[in-house]
Amino acid sequence: MAMIERKFSLHVPSSTENLALIREYVTTIGASAGLSDSDVAKLELAVDEACANVIEHAYGHDLTKEVTVRAIFDEDTLSIIVEDTGRGFDPNSVKQEELQELIAKHKSGGLGLRLIQTLMDEVHYEIIPGQKNELHMKKHIRKS
Amino acid sequence: MPNPFVLNTTNREDLSIMSIEGYLDAHTAPQFEEKLQAEIEAGRTRIVVDCSKLSYISSAGLGVFMSFIEEIREHSGDIKISGLAPKVRHTFEILGFHDIFDLLDDVQAAVKRFEDKPTREV
Repeated sequence: MAMIERKFSLHVPSSTENLALIREYVTTIGASAGLSDSDVAKLELAVDEACANVIEHAYGHDLTKEVTVRAIFDEDTLSIIVEDTGRGFDPNSVKQEELQELIAKHKSGGLGLRLIQTLMDEVHYEIIPGQKNELHMKKHIRKS
Repeated sequence: MPNPFVLNTTNREDLSIMSIEGYLDAHTAPQFEEKLQAEIEAGRTRIVVDCSKLSYISSAGLGVFMSFIEEIREHSGDIKISGLAPKVRHTFEILGFHDIFDLLDDVQAAVKRFEDKPTREV
């Protein structure tokens, strides 16, 4: 029997003020998908980090732009796609600095991508230059 | 909508105790950054951050701790962090902040840690 897929989509103006709303949206979906409390917390943080990156870096806090968070889940996997049409970047070109290096340079950023990669089971980027950027993240649903 | 982030600072002799409440994300972290900066500029570098009412932190919040700690320790001060809820503590630990910062159970333990170990190497 084919598995039923459930799909959701949230579009919000590109403002950090909306991060709380985005977190509420993904935690609700994570719980509905059957993730454990611990995995819901990981999902919440990873999506927050991804959207904060879009708002700050891809859109440069331009409120007229929109962040889209799509969610699809079946019995096995929850997939989240964070989509924007802002400045894209090559995630492989971002140097992952050690915490000690960041501290020595008095940096306040540089932790988000590492968190996303640590928290999610699969992460990949699809970037169409000048059109759109998509960050795809997956969390496997562990049956209790 | 209730204020998502509340910060209160009290001074106890040469210690500043900053109690933060709500969530610390990319939206609210600048408020925390501003207050922490003000403490340092006032020469108050022995700081306890009481997180017992903090429900959530993202890397933007952790980044505030990260960006000031070296300057604070260069002035023989420190930031001791107390009262982390398990979910918040987990985020500190994922990124290795527990190796850099003293994480204490409560404010009292943080104050005591200042007596035993006023600062530490970065």
